[in-house]
Order: sequence, then structure tokens, then C-alpha cells
Amino acid sequence: MDLRRAPRTVIDPKVRQVGFVTPGAAPPPARSHSVATDACSTSPPAPDLSLPGSSISPVMIPPPRHASADGLSSLTRPAAAVHVPASPLRHDTVQIPIGSYNPSEILLGSSPMISPSSRLDAGSEFSDEVPTSAWLSRRGSGKFASSFPASSGEMMAMKTTGGGGGGNTPKSSLTTASVVKTLPGVSEKDGGALIEMQNEGTSKPQKQKTSKAERRAIQEAQRAAKAAAKEAGGVKPSASSGGAIPALKQGKVVKHSPQKKDGPQVTAPVTTSEKKVVDRLPEKDRKKDVPHPRMQFDDKHRVEKAKRRAVVNQSEARNRVELFRHLPQYIHGTQLPDLESKFFQLDPMHPSVCKVGLQYLSGDISGGNARCIAMLLAFKEAIGDYTTPPEKALVRDLTAKISSYVSFLIECRPLSISMGNAIRFLKNRIAKLPHTLSESEAKSSLQSDIDRFINEKIVIADKVIVRHAVTKIRDGDVLLTYGSSSVVEMIFLYAHELGKHFRVVVVDSRPNLEGQALLRRLVAKGLNCTYTHINAISYIMHEVTRVFLGASSVLSNGTVYSRVGTACVAMAAHAFQVPVLICCEAYKFHERVQLDSICSNELGDPDVISMVPGRKYLNHLDNWADNENLQLLNLTYDATPSDYVSMIITDYGMLPPTSVPVIVREYRREHLWI
Amino acid sequence: MMDFQVVVLAGGTAKKLAPLVSKEVPKALLPVANRPVLSYVLELLESSNLKDLIVVVEGEDAALRVGGWISGAYVDRLHVEVAAVPEDVGTAGALRAVAHHLTANDVLIVSGDLVSDVPPGAVAATHRRHGAVVTTLLCYAPVSGPSDTGSSAGKDKVKKSRYNIVGLDPTRQLLLHIAAGAEVEKDIRVQKNILRAVGQLEIRADLMDAHMYAFKRTVLQDVLDQKDTFHSIRQDVLPYLVRTQLRSEISANGLHKVEDNANGRVSSQNYVTWMSQHREIAPSAYQELLALSPRSPENALRTHKCCAYIASKSKYCARLNSIQAFSDINRDVVGEASHLSGYSFSSQNNIIHPSAELGSKTTVGPQCMLAEGSQMGDKCSVKRSIIGRHCRIGSNVKIVNSVVMNHVTIEDGCLVQGSVICSNVHLQERVVLKDCQMVCALWPDSV
Repeated sequence: MDLRRAPRTVIDPKVRQVGFVTPGAAPPPARSHSVATDACSTSPPAPDLSLPGSSISPVMIPPPRHASADGLSSLTRPAAAVHVPASPLRHDTVQIPIGSYNPSEILLGSSPMISPSSRLDAGSEFSDEVPTSAWLSRRGSGKFASSFPASSGEMMAMKTTGGGGGGNTPKSSLTTASVVKTLPGVSEKDGGALIEMQNEGTSKPQKQKTSKAERRAIQEAQRAAKAAAKEAGGVKPSASSGGAIPALKQGKVVKHSPQKKDGPQVTAPVTTSEKKVVDRLPEKDRKKDVPHPRMQFDDKHRVEKAKRRAVVNQSEARNRVELFRHLPQYIHGTQLPDLESKFFQLDPMHPSVCKVGLQYLSGDISGGNARCIAMLLAFKEAIGDYTTPPEKALVRDLTAKISSYVSFLIECRPLSISMGNAIRFLKNRIAKLPHTLSESEAKSSLQSDIDRFINEKIVIADKVIVRHAVTKIRDGDVLLTYGSSSVVEMIFLYAHELGKHFRVVVVDSRPNLEGQALLRRLVAKGLNCTYTHINAISYIMHEVTRVFLGASSVLSNGTVYSRVGTACVAMAAHAFQVPVLICCEAYKFHERVQLDSICSNELGDPDVISMVPGRKYLNHLDNWADNENLQLLNLTYDATPSDYVSMIITDYGMLPPTSVPVIVREYRREHLWI
Repeated sequence: MMDFQVVVLAGGTAKKLAPLVSKEVPKALLPVANRPVLSYVLELLESSNLKDLIVVVEGEDAALRVGGWISGAYVDRLHVEVAAVPEDVGTAGALRAVAHHLTANDVLIVSGDLVSDVPPGAVAATHRRHGAVVTTLLCYAPVSGPSDTGSSAGKDKVKKSRYNIVGLDPTRQLLLHIAAGAEVEKDIRVQKNILRAVGQLEIRADLMDAHMYAFKRTVLQDVLDQKDTFHSIRQDVLPYLVRTQLRSEISANGLHKVEDNANGRVSSQNYVTWMSQHREIAPSAYQELLALSPRSPENALRTHKCCAYIASKSKYCARLNSIQAFSDINRDVVGEASHLSGYSFSSQNNIIHPSAELGSKTTVGPQCMLAEGSQMGDKCSVKRSIIGRHCRIGSNVKIVNSVVMNHVTIEDGCLVQGSVICSNVHLQERVVLKDCQMVCALWPDSV
């Protein structure tokens, strides 16, 4: 959920704590963990209620944008999350209280009832809770009646905090004025299942249907309820304090659960409909922050679906490596000819986008910056040729267009994180276009935005990085680099131009051997170079004084996501106490947290690793795909833990890897206002 | 359509195919498996979703005939403009004539006599991907002549002229040298600067220029304008562009201006400037990406790329540019490349039109075609041959490895082997024709 707040105890690489650490008070451990790990969709976080707002364990720290609210408001977050699970889970939670009266358990069951109130966006929403008590009070139980103010008090608290205030005054009857109207739909619908409806919350269409007479009837009932509530007024203040709630809820739940058993068939549809309603609000919030869940390629259903949509023919790859089934499999051999032969059928694609896609597919363009620039320029061109179709809005239609281009590019090659950031920027710009602009103005403004992005985030950023990094190069240094990073190359060349005396060790690896091109260029410029392969890294590391590495992305836990082999180089350098400097433009930073290189990676052509350049007669693995027991794996990226990184050089300066989240946060804000 | 325009050069009444092609039958309408050869190209293009075509025909008469046939056969399928150009202007001249119709970024030029199943999209995609000035389709030349009846010096000559001497870079994507096989006497000259730029040059002699080119329009028009003497695309324009790859006058002067003016497009050149700006500090790095030569970016701008798309061996690709090729293609279209013919073959692997009449004990072997209204007498045998419409063939006739065109009369006891018999020919009784390339009715009914 929020790693930034978690105490950063990770220093020794051997003891890496993956989960969340709760230093002080320990709530029921198993449950709290489940809450922590699946941030948005698991069982209700019971401990929230039992703990007063002041002492929240790190487990429950809400995401930063909600952090401003007080203790009670923080309760709303988990409560909203409660609704996500499907009905079976729900049943479990509700039925727990029946057997045991352990308060904490019961809380678990009761929280679904509070939860409707979390939809605090409208007055009508929190009415859902009020009728509960109304109907309960009708049954003549003071205890139930007393539960009303408790819940309404809570609701009020939420409302006020939502509005930006703090106080949670237990306000009861006044708030119900707008509430009453919406209720009858519920009461009318089905008497028996009513309570369940209240538990689950009502769905919106029902609210509109009530007639005037019905509403009046309900109003009467409501008043009676209020009167009852007032009688039991003494309970109110205590209700708002955390301690009293469990008892009240307990009674409620016990009463309801048998009814629940009666009509499970009714419950299921209601839950689902309600789930959607509740989901919507947090979903909107979340959308901007959380990247779309990436496609898991071992999920057959979704793969099928994606295939039907796909422009590029995605044939089945053979001999997948078990651990990496979830990644898009590399099928270059069939893809390129297929796409080429269909070149003229790709009508919806803009030619320049198509060109870039082909270049990705064939590997003509590689490297984070080059790919990003190529994509942006293609988009710029596409925007230039774009005309809004009649009856459509530029903002929406163009966004859809860009999305379709992006999905085409993804089919050609999975997006790099830098490209994802650039796309996000562009879409943001489109969405923020003022409506007053004419089409041509909008287009030219977008085009200049793209130019500005390229210029500021890539071109100038690189220059700044070079200026920064050069200060770290001293005479007599031996600098090691791995692969071929454009920024690192610029740094070396610039340092050389400044007249510094240093030596460069270019470490390379099969199968791409990108380092050779770098070596050729450096030598041509008169730099003193040593070339070696990565298997000799520990021999060469003795003499190295600094390691300069490029990166595909830097993630918010400081992990460096880069060309495969980078982690190995960084670790070797760490072992030899050689500082590792990562050079990466800030637009490549991402708020994602990644701990391994398995869950997100890119698969390269497995055939290349079986080939040895210049040794054509070495063909032992020629028909390897026919052998079911043999699987070749060619990973493209790996994740270097932040512990092996001494410093990250960005256009915002030189930082330790722990400061990445700051850049991500600050940068993102600027990103929006660019 | 991906910013491509298609020009089909359908030729006129080519002299090379002299007796076969006549005023009545221009080259484009020569029957291959009883379909005009032009239909193969048009259908290839149609299958690639290219439906707006410009067909250039030499000669007014021929243009009328070709236009009439196209409008009849493809009335609602294709949108074809037929342009007539004077005879003997050559392919370059034909393109000059239609140059003002060309507006798209790139132009795909296809020869009308191409019989192939190589997707034009592949050539176009390669062209786009590299941002090339010209991309040409190279294919493995088909085996010429029937394999059993080889030899003879004439055939070698044919072979030689069909092949090209092609120089490629190690990735086999850049075209660094091209010369027609016939032009090469003893040695070929390769430019040093090109060789230096790529480091390694692969010279091959087994590839054939299939006459399918993707050109950058502005460059093509510039070359056509500047070089009035250029007559043929294959012999003049393409070698010129290949030759000047690294010291391109075209892209240095006119090209950029044209491009900047052309409706404000962000061209690939713009990309170059972006990249070079990006690499300002390390200008050399970017060249790997785009240019061939280890030069500074200003010079890199002056280079252009010529690319080649090499069709895989499994694809069929042939040009009907000689009489030998005519019989070869006819044989292949009902034989190994039968998917091109568009007919559905019977279980005996031949096509016999339902209206054709066969006498008793007449056998039609596999890889044969018998068009509508043809009659055959008794005890005939047809092997690997194509017989056109309304032919009348008597008894005891053997036809092997031959092409018999329309309205041919062959009387009893003839033997026709390895020959082409043109329309309206009348063969009297017991004529034996062996490996006559062409039998033609110069004086009808008199052979």
C-alpha cells in the first residue's frame, strides 16, 4: 500500500523484508497481513474499529491522498474496500458472529453494515444506514434503536471529513431530512429481504421508484424511529467512541444473520449490483494512480480475448518457461512477416505509427529514449493528420485513437516504462485541453507539448545528467559500464572532451552484444577502452573505480530496472566496494514497486541465445523447440535492488535510491501542470 | 492507404515477345492459364487491400483494350485509372507522364507482367521501416525451361539476363549494388565508400529483380525531373539511386525543400534532426541507428538508403518478359504455383471446363487446363499443357508441355511438345512440333 511510510530497515541485502512491518501494537496478525498485502480487495479490516484513530499501526496507513483525514475518516477507506469481494466471501464474514461472540470477530461481520455509509458522496447515499435503524426500531428493541445514532454519528463524521472538516459530532435526527425520501424503495421492494438490502446497501434505480404516499409512510416510520432513538439518547456519545460500537453491532448482526440464511439467492445479485456501485468511486480515484493491471499471459481467457482484438497475429509460442508464462511470449519469427504482409490492411493505424511499430518489431529502434522519441514523434505526426469525425469530441476521440495506437505498439513490443510515462503525459494533455480551443489550435498545442516533452525530459535532461555525472569523474579513474547506454556514452565523451584522463571498461554480454557498438564509437573518439564480457566481471572489477550504468526505469523502492545483467554488475561492484552510479532521466521513474525481475519483464527471442555469432557450425540447439524438455529463456530486463546502488544521477540532481519516491511524487505533480 | 500509391506499368506491345504480343493482344492481356497476365498483379494488389490503382499502358490502342478489359472484369472491385503514354518512352518516361497524379508519400511501382504471391505489403513495410528512398523486391529466380530439356547456348543467355548481380549488407536489408546480369562482362565495380561504410558486402547472383519497387515520391520525381535521359527504372533510376547512396545530390538539394513545403509533414528527416539533436554531445552514437557511414550528422543527412526485400524461397515470383518465361509461367501456374491461378483443381489435379468435350480414350493428365468450348477427339493425350478456348483438336493428338491458345485447330495425329501455339493457328494432320518456342499464325490457316 504505502512503502514510503514503512520504516526503511532494509540495509543489509541479505535480510530483505518483503511484507509490511508493524513495530508496535500487533493486531490479530493473520488478518492484518491479509489486509496489508491486497490493498484494495480483501476481507474487512476489523482492527480499524477497535483501534482509536490516534494509534494506527503501519498496516493501516491509508494511501497518501487520504492521509490528511483523521482517525475515523481513515476507517472509511478499508470499509469501502470491504465491498469488493464477491458474495461467497461476504457470507463468510457475516456468518462469523453467529458462532462466537468474540467482539473482534463480530466486528468483522459488522463492518459490511457500516460500509454503505462510506459512499459519502451524496446525501442519499448515507441514508441507507438510517432506514436500518428505523426498521429496527419498529421492532421495538431499544438496543437496535440505539444502534442508529451510532451509525449515523459515524456517517456524519465521514461526511464532515469528506467535506474537509475534522469534528465527528454525533448528530442524529437533523441529517435525515433528505434521507427519508430515498428509503421507501427499499421497504417496498421486498419486506423479507429488506434487512439484507440494508446490509448490502441499496442499488440506485430503486430509489427513484417510490411514490409520494409510500414516502410519507416511510417518513412516519422514520419519525417513530427518531423518537425511539432520542429516548435511548444516552447511548449516543459513547456510540461515537470506538469502544461502544462493537456491542451495538453485535446485537444487530446476530439478529440479521438468520434472515440472511433464508434468502441467499436474493443476496447474491444484490451484492453484485451493489459491488459495482461501491466500486465506482474508489475506482475513479485509483485509476490515475495505479497502473492498469497488466495482462497475465497465462490467463487463458484474457489471452483469447486479446488475440481476437489483435492486429498482429500472435501465434502460440512453444516451450514456454514455467516461471515466465505470465509474460507476453516472444514470437518474432512469425510476427514480422505477418505484419508486413498485412501492411496495407492496417488502415486504422496512422502510417507513421505503423512504421514505428515495424521498427520496434524488427529491432531497428531499441533503447528506452529512442523508442520513446520515435513513438512521440509518430504520435505527433498522427495528431497533425487527425481530424475529429463529426458528432465526436476531439478530447474523447483522440484519446481513443491514441489508445488504439498504443495497443498496436504493445503488440509489436511491450511498452517500456518510459513510453508508458510519455503516453500518460500525452493523454493527460489531451484530457486537459480547454474546450474553447478550436481543433487546429488543440492539435498544435498538443504537438508543441510533445516537442516540449522530448526536449525537456529527454534532450535537456540528458545534458543535465551529463553535467552532473562528469563531476564524479576524476583523473586516473577506471570507469566501467555495461551494455550500451546513450547517457553513459555521452558522459564518457563529454568527460573526454573536458580533458579528463580515465579509462573505460566496457562490459558486454551475449546475445545482443550492444557493447561492441559502444566500444567502436568510444575508441573512434580516442578513449582508452577495455572490452570484456560479463563472465569476467569479477576479474575486471578489481581495477575499477566507478561503475556507470544506464537504466530502463527506476522504481519507487529504488529498484533499478535495466538491461539484464545490470544487477550482476552492480552486485559485483558492491562486493568490491566500487560505487555504482545509475544514470537515468527522471521521466523514466515509476511509482511501481518491484522486488524481483519475474513478475514483470520482457522475453526476448529465445533463438538468439542458441546462436553463436561467427560460429555458424555450432548448431547443437538448432531444433530445440522440438524438444519438450528444453526451454530457452532470454530475459530482457532485470531488477537491481537499491542496496547495490550508490547513487542515481537524474536531471533533478544526484540522489540516493531512497529518494526516488520523492522525485516520483514531485515529478508527477509537475507532470500534470507541464 | 498507408500513404502509398500504386502504379502498375502494364507495358504495351513489347517487341521482345513479338509474335506473341500483337496489336490485338497487348502484353498486359497475354493469357496465362487463360487469364490475362495483368489480372495476377491486380488480384495480388487487391488481396492486399490496394484498390486505387493507376495502370499505365503504352499506346492508345493498347490502353483502350486494357482499360476495356479492366472495367469489365473489375468493375466494382477496383478503382483503376488507365493512363496511356506514348510508346517507347520506357518505364521512366511512363512514370514522368503520370507524375502529376502522384501525391502520396511513397509510390509502389509494380510491373504488369509480374506473376507472384509475394505480398506487396512486405515491400512497403520494409520501405517504411527503413525510411528508404527505394526498396526493391528481390526473389530467387525460378528455374528456367523444362528441366529435362536443358542445354543450348540460347538458354544460358536467357538465364544470364534474368539474374542480377546484387550487393547486400550483412543483414541483407540494404541494397548496395545492383547490375543486370547481362551487363556484367568480367568484373564488377563496387564503390569503395560504400564498402567502407558497411564493412562487408555480400554479392549474390541468384536473385532477380522482380520489378516491384517502393519509391519515395519526392525523390523519384526529383530524379525523373533532373535526369531527362533516364529511360528505364531498372536500368537507370535504380542503379543511380544505389550508386549515390552516400553522396546524394538529390537529398542534399531539392529534396529537403520539397519536403518542408509538402503540407508541413513531419517527415523522417525531422526524426533525424531530433535524433541528432538528442545526440548533440555524442553525435556519433546516433549514426548507427540511421546512417551507414561514420560521418558527422550533416553528412548523414545527405545519405539515403536503398533497401531490398528478399522474398523467401517458398514464394513464387516470375516475370513474363520472354517467350521462355511465358511458357514457364503457364506451366507453373497450373503446376507448382497453382494457388495463383485462382481456379479450383479437380481431384486429378487438372482443370477441365464443363463445356469442354473429350473423345473416348482421351486422357488429360495432371497439371493441365482445358478451357471452355474446346473439343478433343479420341485417343488424345494431354500432359502438363494448357489449352485455350474453343480449340478443336482431332484424334490421336499428343500435347505435352505446351501452351495452346484460343481458337486453335489441330488435326489428327499431331504431336506437340514443349511449344507455344498462338491463337487461330491451324495445324494440319500429322504435324510434329518439338520444342518450337513459338508457332504463330502470321498467315492464318496456313501453317
